[in-house]
Amino acid sequence: MEGFNGLMMGFGIALTPMNLLWCLVGTTLGTAIGVLPGLGPALTIALLLPITFKVEPTSAFILFAGIYYGAMYGGSTTSILLNTPGESASIVTSMEGNKMARNGRAGAALATAAIGSFVAGTIGTLGIAFLAPFVVDWALKFGPAEYFALMVLAFTTVSAVLGNSAVRGLTALFFGIWLGMIGIDLQTGQARFTFGVQELFDGINVIVVAVGLFAVGETLYNAATYKEGETKITPLKGSLMMTKLEWKRSIGPWLRGTAFGFPIGAMPAGGAEIPTFLSYYAEKKLTKYPEEFGTVGAIEGVAGPEAANNASAAGVLVPMLTLGLPTSATAAIMLSAFQSYGINPGPLLLQTQPALVWGLIASLFIGNVMLLVLNLPLIGLWVKMLNIPAPQLYAGILVFATIGTYGISQSYIDLILLYAIGIVGYLMRRYDFPTAPVIIGMILGPLAEQNFRQAMTISAGDWTVFFTRPLSLTIIVISVLLVVAPKLYGMVKARQAVA
Amino acid sequence: MRGRAEAGLAKGELTVALGVVALAFVVLWQAWSIPVSPIYAKVGPTLVPIMAGLGLLVFGLALLVSALRGGWQPDEEKAVMPDRRALGWVLAGLALNVLTIGPLGFTLASILLFVCVTRGFGSRNMLRDAWIGAVFALIAYLGFAKTLNINIGSGVIENGVEWVITMVRGR
Repeated sequence: MEGFNGLMMGFGIALTPMNLLWCLVGTTLGTAIGVLPGLGPALTIALLLPITFKVEPTSAFILFAGIYYGAMYGGSTTSILLNTPGESASIVTSMEGNKMARNGRAGAALATAAIGSFVAGTIGTLGIAFLAPFVVDWALKFGPAEYFALMVLAFTTVSAVLGNSAVRGLTALFFGIWLGMIGIDLQTGQARFTFGVQELFDGINVIVVAVGLFAVGETLYNAATYKEGETKITPLKGSLMMTKLEWKRSIGPWLRGTAFGFPIGAMPAGGAEIPTFLSYYAEKKLTKYPEEFGTVGAIEGVAGPEAANNASAAGVLVPMLTLGLPTSATAAIMLSAFQSYGINPGPLLLQTQPALVWGLIASLFIGNVMLLVLNLPLIGLWVKMLNIPAPQLYAGILVFATIGTYGISQSYIDLILLYAIGIVGYLMRRYDFPTAPVIIGMILGPLAEQNFRQAMTISAGDWTVFFTRPLSLTIIVISVLLVVAPKLYGMVKARQAVA
Repeated sequence: MRGRAEAGLAKGELTVALGVVALAFVVLWQAWSIPVSPIYAKVGPTLVPIMAGLGLLVFGLALLVSALRGGWQPDEEKAVMPDRRALGWVLAGLALNVLTIGPLGFTLASILLFVCVTRGFGSRNMLRDAWIGAVFALIAYLGFAKTLNINIGSGVIENGVEWVITMVRGR
């Protein structure tokens, strides 16, 4: 019962007044940025990275985790009332949720989303507490070759399998890996891609890239497509108290959504889109009210995907904490926060930093309770935030983005880089390139290189090391299959169609 | 299909694909010019950069082929023309910000950025936006400068505010 003892210790840490305050700040801020279109958890945590120089790690990660969970809750409010999902995983929620809202049942939709998020978040966090020690036991057997193989797996799934197009996803990934290579190579001391610019010797700051892509790029994209008065907020109607029937119809989807979300999120491949869609289709099949789907809005279609979304967000923290393997942009930014403390997430983290890990997990439970309160009785407050007019909102985002980057370094190079990467981010949005692989490639690329070199050093330069170790070979075969198999399947099908 | 035939080759996508290929060549050229010490001949500092360059080249060429065949975006998305005037205002705001943040200080530069962006998004009341931008920038400036002890580019306005604060405190 390593998990149980750890949790008890964690609650002791998370329940101190200071850490409770960090948790409250994080969840409130997270809900706010989740509600506001154009802001996301990856961007917010990136802007807050400088606090790692001031605040001790446990508190900083409690804050970040609160933002991470809070953004999920806030995002569902926006997709229900505004029908403009901020992230791809909330698309499903907006399909049924916005229809419910338009038919005067916004209250029930918001309630089932918030309570479902709470149920899934709590079960998912329990899942982290009990799964993490097992993964750690298993991961302790890993050598650099296995880590390298795992990173290749994460690279391929994040960029080639989860998005719309493997080619565009992988282009974004290699762009990110290249950004990560810029600066002095730590092993040999050689400058790479610095073009003689002194400021680039330390590498490009991940804050600059994340803020450039997610804030500047997003603002440019919205400016190019913005039409005044196009988005309409559906008024908040209907009681927030769910009826007995609504409870009955929600419980099953919550649990099934969690069962889809957590395991898929916890895989070293990650992704919240697949479980939310799986949950949506499962509920559509299982419901006793199929006529409500796509017409007046079915509560099952909100309850299930919302739970799946939150459970997978919890699941993503498992490979992040136990293997040091981020599978979402937000997790990648959190990994860089670990790096800025000089802490290496991985199997040893649970032994070297038990207070940090268990304090963080315990605070996720507390955060979930706070979020339930913040998002149900106080929902009116967040709905008001949706009334902030777009021009001032985006102008404010850009001013903040500028402080967040120029403020820490006072360097023109960073400011110019920020805006240049923003233009790249705009082009990526305009031409349907996913941006998360850039961040993951940038942070995971140098780590993959490091593991690759270590593996090669151990094997005395023998290239076959990645294919002779059974575990490493298995993981590499899986990654290749994930990319190639769908193509082969498509080709076989096409041939059959011709014949 | 008709839309596709009309489009022939997609200009926007073609430019993007050519950009990726060009970047790949720059990356490969730069990667090859990284000096390699003979001691690290096994996995030197150039291997992964070269792989990144090759990756960009392969997928850039794949994008190029796709662009020559009519592009990868659905027709209805292609038909949406970006609002150039709005983009122009926001880009002008960014450029002005880079130019003025040093000489004028953070707050004045932010006001210019704020006004340009709101104008780009269709706001007409420039004077009101300037005031909102000023208040917002000052709050952000003081928040950052005071809580994190970071001194972001101060100019006339910041020094004035700091002076008032010290005067009030000094009393």
